[in-house]
Amino acid sequence: MKSEKFSIKKSIKPFKDKKGTLITILQHVQKEYGYLSKETISTIADELSKSENEIYGVATFYSQFKFNKPGKHQVKVCLGTACHVRGGHELMETVERQLVIKHGEKTKDSQFSLERVACMGCCALAPVMVVDKEIYGKTTSTKVKQILNKYKNNGGR
Amino acid sequence: MNLNKRQTFASEKWKKLQTKKGIIIYVGAASCGRAAGCDAVTEAIRKYLKENNLKADILEVGCIGLCCFEPIVYIQKDEIPPICYANLSPKIIPKLLEDIFKKGDLRRDLALGVIGEKAHGSIPIIYEHPMMKSQVRIVLRNCGIIDPNDIDHYIAKDGYAGINKALRMKPEEVIEIVKKSGIKGRGGAGFPTALKWELCRNAKGEPKYIVCNADEGDPGAFMNRSLLEGDPHAVLEGMLIAAYAIGAPHGYIYIREEYPLAIERLKIAIQQMHDYSLLGEKIMDTNFSFDIEIKEGAGAFVCGEETALLASLMGQRGMPRTRPPFPATSGVWGKPTVINNVETLGTIATIIREGWKWYSGFGAKTAKGTKTFSLVGKIKRTGLIEVPLGTKIKDIVYDVGGGILNDKKFKAVQTGGPSGGCIPASKIDLRIDYESLTSVGAIMGSGGLIVMDEETCMVDIAHYFLTFTQEESCGKCTPCRIGTKRMLEMLEKIKKGDGEESDLELLEDLAPTIKNASLCGLGQTAPNPVLTTLRYFKNEYEAHIKNKRCPALVCKDLIAFNIDAKKCIGCGLCKKNCPVEAISGATKKAHVIDLDKCIKCSICYQICPVEGKAVFKTSGGSK
Repeated sequence: MKSEKFSIKKSIKPFKDKKGTLITILQHVQKEYGYLSKETISTIADELSKSENEIYGVATFYSQFKFNKPGKHQVKVCLGTACHVRGGHELMETVERQLVIKHGEKTKDSQFSLERVACMGCCALAPVMVVDKEIYGKTTSTKVKQILNKYKNNGGR
Repeated sequence: MNLNKRQTFASEKWKKLQTKKGIIIYVGAASCGRAAGCDAVTEAIRKYLKENNLKADILEVGCIGLCCFEPIVYIQKDEIPPICYANLSPKIIPKLLEDIFKKGDLRRDLALGVIGEKAHGSIPIIYEHPMMKSQVRIVLRNCGIIDPNDIDHYIAKDGYAGINKALRMKPEEVIEIVKKSGIKGRGGAGFPTALKWELCRNAKGEPKYIVCNADEGDPGAFMNRSLLEGDPHAVLEGMLIAAYAIGAPHGYIYIREEYPLAIERLKIAIQQMHDYSLLGEKIMDTNFSFDIEIKEGAGAFVCGEETALLASLMGQRGMPRTRPPFPATSGVWGKPTVINNVETLGTIATIIREGWKWYSGFGAKTAKGTKTFSLVGKIKRTGLIEVPLGTKIKDIVYDVGGGILNDKKFKAVQTGGPSGGCIPASKIDLRIDYESLTSVGAIMGSGGLIVMDEETCMVDIAHYFLTFTQEESCGKCTPCRIGTKRMLEMLEKIKKGDGEESDLELLEDLAPTIKNASLCGLGQTAPNPVLTTLRYFKNEYEAHIKNKRCPALVCKDLIAFNIDAKKCIGCGLCKKNCPVEAISGATKKAHVIDLDKCIKCSICYQICPVEGKAVFKTSGGSK
């Protein structure tokens, strides 16, 4: 924990004295640790001489920030309009069924967490799902198993 | 920086690339290209080249907008100009390259057109392609043509000539040209750009700021992403000109974090501008100094609203506030600020360079110029397009888009995202401009055009948008926070078949209250999707309420899946793929779905290989 505290302080440093950088700081820290833990928030609050309330106030407003540790692989299903009319919801339900979790949850073995996103901007290839950084266009429900298996078998790439 | 020298250098560099001996391969590598698998295609190309001892330059370009044809690759060899090949896969690559390089067969069957000014043999130029033919590409002129990571490519295409010209004028003169061009804000509301600039220039307070709004949040819209990925310098040059016109020494780009590639390309482009002294002190040896900072959004739709964007930019919760004061007088840190959309800024340099007369020659009487749209949904040719304002919906759907997917019946087109409305097929001759869209209850919005066919349920669409706005409502004002929730509850009821006739009256009653009483654009426009679907598709609502039937066969609680015993060939695919073992039947015998077990996941419907499908949906009667 001590070293984590140290490195959080380090990543805050370039922004500390500039105004309006709280969101940027939270983004940097989350990038490093994958999520914002209670301890992280507390360290940031101390460093910026703000209350934890203030930090939570901003962080919880934005969907980007996570307060629980995500799974090893992050699955996102796009539910933008184009994906919706081409079967995005059916795709989501299939993924939920295959992973046996609902969106916003993590599998028991912590291998996958599932999220829905509003739009990835790949509307021409709808419906779209994303695993980690890999985008899968024209993903019908029938392809889901095959895609997820790729990440199950070799433990990710 | 001496632009003339740079231009000469850049033009030569560009020309050299065009006339270079050997093989050059351009890969369409925007986010959409990557999603379609361009990386695997590039890998296959490299493998082939290596195995055959061939040398080639491989270049990444942005998206030319022909998204339905991705992955796209242009191949240039010696005297043969770059030819655009479509729908490639790693499997096709060896044969395609073999044919082109060894047999001299240019594979007309896979070629879409020549990227250039002249046809090559029987292969026409790309702009002759049906999807491109009726487009006028001003903003998108460089997208998919140049390497977005090379500032010289942009300069070779007259880049930074606009700011060069602007810096020789007085700021007021620059504003005057923009005013005469007639361009209105392309972010959705359509406020005249020059007026915004003028207000800010004349406002008291220093320093002034220019903000580029790249928080493209409308689901189903990706115009800004494509432009930033394909031609970032066009937007940055527009920012320079805007900054000079209003007298701002500092600018921000507020971009959504969901666009990592656009952010990366912007960062590279900004660094190159620094290297060429196009940012910093004394730009182009004048007294004009300017700097740009990128601010990443954190995933809140409401931050596309300008006052919410400002709050977020300053590190706070992205909640809107009442206006006035408008940002032009009190924006970033309380200083006068102009907030312009990506596309608006992407157009500015061309207007300055070519003149307002030229620009205002395009478009309609009250809406000058062109507009980019993301053409998506149930349409054959999906992609990013740019047409003159005033173009008919029909021409976009049928000429550019090639008609409805699988030749189904065209039902509606949705514009303006969650703030917009559904325009029915009966209004197909409507010309797209700000006024006419408003007159039918929709809005221009940022440019998402989502095409819907007979299999799209309008109640479901209204429900979809309300789910979105309800979730994205920041909660500050009551009409939006609670009003959208109540509307959504009613739509849920109707979708499930539990709706009552009085619900429609209630919806119609509640909508104007939300529109009139909400604080910002999100709430003020949230009822639009419900109102337009009620206006044009009331019969669908009534079918859900009175007959407990979903005519488009979408709403799950009202439909059932069955198998037509006459059509079923007993292949067993549906049985094998059914996640709940609801399907039974012997091989080569007709299969049956157990309706009690069926969870309506639709997999059997999707997977059925029979022509015309043996699996079919029904709705109505029993619930």
